[in-house]
Amino acid sequence: MSTASAPPAAQRGLGADAPKSGPVQALLDRRGLAKLLLLAVAAAVLVPLAHATWTGGGWPSALTVDVSGPLGKTSDWIIDNRDSHWLFVYFLGHLSNAVVLSVRAVYLVLLALGWTGVTAGVTLLAWRVAGPRIAATALLSFLVSGALGMWVPTMQTLALMVVAVLASVAVGALLGLAAGLSDRLFRILRPVLDTMQVLPAFAYLLPVVLVFGIGVPAALLATVVYAAPPMARLTALGLRGADAGVLEAVASLGATGRQRLLTARLPLARKELLLGVNQTIMMALSMVVIASMIGAAGLGDRVYQALASVDVGAALAAAVPIVLLAIVMDRTTAAAGARLGADTATGGPAWLRGWRAWAGIAAVTAVLALLGRLAGSLVWPGAWAVDIARPVNDFKGWMVDHLYSGVPVIGGTADWAAHFTNWVLNPLRDGLTALPWYGTLLVVAALAWLIGTWRTALTAVLAMAAIGVLGVWKPSMNTLSQVLAALAVTLVLGFGVGILAAGSKRFEAILRPVLDVMQTMPQFVYLIPVVALFAVGRAPAAAAAVVYALPAVIRITTQGLRQVDPAAMESARSLGATRWQMLRQVQLPLARPALLLAVNQGVVLVLAVVIIGGLVGGGALGYDVVTGLATGDLAVGLVAGVAIVCLGLMLDRVTQPTERRTTGKGA
Amino acid sequence: MSRTRKAVLGTTVLAGTVVLSLSLSACGKADMTKQSSPFAAAKGSKSVTLSVQTWVGAQSNVAVAKYLLEHRLGYHVDTVQVDEIPAWDALSQGRVDAILEDWGHPDQEKRYVKDKKTITAGGGNGVTGHIGWWVPKYWADKHPEVTNWKNLNKVAKQLRTSESGNKGQLMDGSPSYVTNDKALVKNLGLNYEVVFAGSEAAQITQIQQFAKQKKPFLTYWYEPQWLFNQVPMVEVKLPKYTDACAEKGAKDPQSIDCAYPTTPLQKYFNTEFAKSGGSAAAFLKNFKWTKDDQNEVSEAIASGGLSADEAAKQWVDKHPDVWKRWLPKKK
Repeated sequence: MSTASAPPAAQRGLGADAPKSGPVQALLDRRGLAKLLLLAVAAAVLVPLAHATWTGGGWPSALTVDVSGPLGKTSDWIIDNRDSHWLFVYFLGHLSNAVVLSVRAVYLVLLALGWTGVTAGVTLLAWRVAGPRIAATALLSFLVSGALGMWVPTMQTLALMVVAVLASVAVGALLGLAAGLSDRLFRILRPVLDTMQVLPAFAYLLPVVLVFGIGVPAALLATVVYAAPPMARLTALGLRGADAGVLEAVASLGATGRQRLLTARLPLARKELLLGVNQTIMMALSMVVIASMIGAAGLGDRVYQALASVDVGAALAAAVPIVLLAIVMDRTTAAAGARLGADTATGGPAWLRGWRAWAGIAAVTAVLALLGRLAGSLVWPGAWAVDIARPVNDFKGWMVDHLYSGVPVIGGTADWAAHFTNWVLNPLRDGLTALPWYGTLLVVAALAWLIGTWRTALTAVLAMAAIGVLGVWKPSMNTLSQVLAALAVTLVLGFGVGILAAGSKRFEAILRPVLDVMQTMPQFVYLIPVVALFAVGRAPAAAAAVVYALPAVIRITTQGLRQVDPAAMESARSLGATRWQMLRQVQLPLARPALLLAVNQGVVLVLAVVIIGGLVGGGALGYDVVTGLATGDLAVGLVAGVAIVCLGLMLDRVTQPTERRTTGKGA
Repeated sequence: MSRTRKAVLGTTVLAGTVVLSLSLSACGKADMTKQSSPFAAAKGSKSVTLSVQTWVGAQSNVAVAKYLLEHRLGYHVDTVQVDEIPAWDALSQGRVDAILEDWGHPDQEKRYVKDKKTITAGGGNGVTGHIGWWVPKYWADKHPEVTNWKNLNKVAKQLRTSESGNKGQLMDGSPSYVTNDKALVKNLGLNYEVVFAGSEAAQITQIQQFAKQKKPFLTYWYEPQWLFNQVPMVEVKLPKYTDACAEKGAKDPQSIDCAYPTTPLQKYFNTEFAKSGGSAAAFLKNFKWTKDDQNEVSEAIASGGLSADEAAKQWVDKHPDVWKRWLPKKK
């Protein structure tokens, strides 16, 4: 979930691509033909062979490996030895202890400051680093969180976030530093980090639960694993992108390696570093909610518990503070990053500058905290809480009553869902399952090779093969069909809205906050109203996925179209092209790299939610992961988790534009 | 102060914190199975952590226990939402102190209660649970024959949905709940497809939706459940549960072909908590009520729009005769 990070990502990808797209395009077409021919030849040789050896459409059972036995044994061993084996007692135990202690320390500080102190501190901090407007947003956000009766869970989430973000940034920066300084490490780390960014958060939960059991340490570590990669990538890229001339100059002044790093390379990379922090925060926040499934407590847990009793209102009351926290953190770090670009380090009024500013912030915070303490209201006063659960639930009830079924002419939402399942999802699933496995591999290879390189094609094919070997071919095809169907809907809607937004500045301005909220809202919150509207099954999972992936697709499309060279547009207009012609023949072709990027992002985001759709009847791999988590049957869950990883890898590689994007990813 | 210096300073402070917290814990062994939640007992009072499972009945137990522990015994109560089987692990590790409603997990019981002795059985909570297949009353009134499994194939057509294709739909809920439905459908030769809603929330939403339109449905469901008060349902008779069938099922879960048993729901405590938990442990050991009590609280939570705490207060105010018995006697 990168509210502010998607645009720069798109920009950079485009900047690199745009100038060469013409000749490269022509070359690609000719090369594409050669690639296809080569594949066809390979297929002609291999397919009859495969067909003769293993008959049938599904993955041949002779080629599968059953890993559930060893996995089950591992899980049992860990449970039996968790309190005695040295690995746990002397290493992992300390790790887990450190997490508990740090989170507790931050939590106690936040509670001691009271709501007055925390609100004042955060507001002043935002003012100092990001300006008065964002400070106002922060102030309002914290007041709203309190008013919703969510103060304590918000503080729990905040404590978890602070520790998780600090740890992720530290780990990420260290890895990035190493990769930035050593070429070999960079080559090894980069594909790993690239891959980690496209994996659905769900896949990270099981391994940590296996080792740490349910609880805050597991949740926090999953968050760190999930949120550290962007920091590492951006640090490495920032260090490597440093201006060679400046470095040369510094070296010629006789600076040692260490000095060079501290005085030249790191300062030059500060924009990337801050972007990395920004992305890490957003990803950590999105993970904190999903991690409530493994005991993260705080706001995510409130959302999860409310959903268990079908209480959309209560879920929303807990989700709003999450969205607000995300927006405040995102805006603050983004603004801080933007200010770094400008030379003058001015922020806020004059008394808010230099060391005095920090002292001032501390003093005001302390005074307000003391005032709160004297007034005896450390936790948000209960009488000030507003109950939004009931009106929201009433509204949901009304919507469901009126839209579910039997609306004249267009039919109800449940009817649409049934049609979508019968006419799109079912044929797609049956088709994919019936397609011989070597056929699927060939299609994957062809697509990946055409869009990317032979390397990406190979990765994609190997990933698919791994799914087959693990023996989860059928559920994976089911999941794949849901992803494809949801992706198609997302792209149609996303490109449509994106084109509209690119055409009208005002429309885009209206759209922006909506997209922000859609992107930061935890996916869990979508699930239940979606079930109420679309009935249990795969349709609601797809619908939730569409809602979640739309913002990124719309944003990238709008950006791409906006960046089309105005001169090209002008010349087309002077030739008398209509608006439609211009769009179809000038804008869209020129924005092709951006559109491809949108597809790539869309696919990754859709997969992330389709998996969570296992909670609302999506079945397939998502259901297996949920089962694994819920029943402690880690063999089932881990296999499904690995399959999801492979599927994500394959989808990413198949849609990966030739020029790899440098940053950016959602969920 | 330059930006870089500040950044370096920040990193140093951070590294210091990490090292400090590591070193705080780094004196010798660290048993991660003995760590409580960082959010537990922040007020520094006596505290108890209870596991809440995802279904509302379990939330009612916890709500009432929490209310009484906090208001009558002066404890601070934390609750953690965990699924059934992971909850056993958490209980064994002491991350939660008690489970107030367990539907029977023989494997876990053997591992933790008999072998490792980290968990102590706490007796029944007074409610008897029963799993089965149910159809809505409005449908059963019109077609009384559907309440016997032998006639289910005749009505399979009426129960088709887009998810079940050309078979009838048998709706199941969360994957974590005890279920033999797939084996049952196969072994009884039923023309049905088991469709998993994926979570109880999704299943309830779907049932309410069906009921609003008076559509027929067949669902895996269980008693006690507050939803019965909103959507009256009739149980479908399955082949009788016998010990022989249970034994066969224990050997090979795929071969089971009879109804689910009725289970007296059990409480379990972390062994250490049971021994030295003071009046809280004594109180939770005494905790025992009835199906009607539980349903009263559950419905107030799930459809009355009350928070768990309010619902518990309402019940506590109304039934002092029941809970007075749970309070430990003063010495």
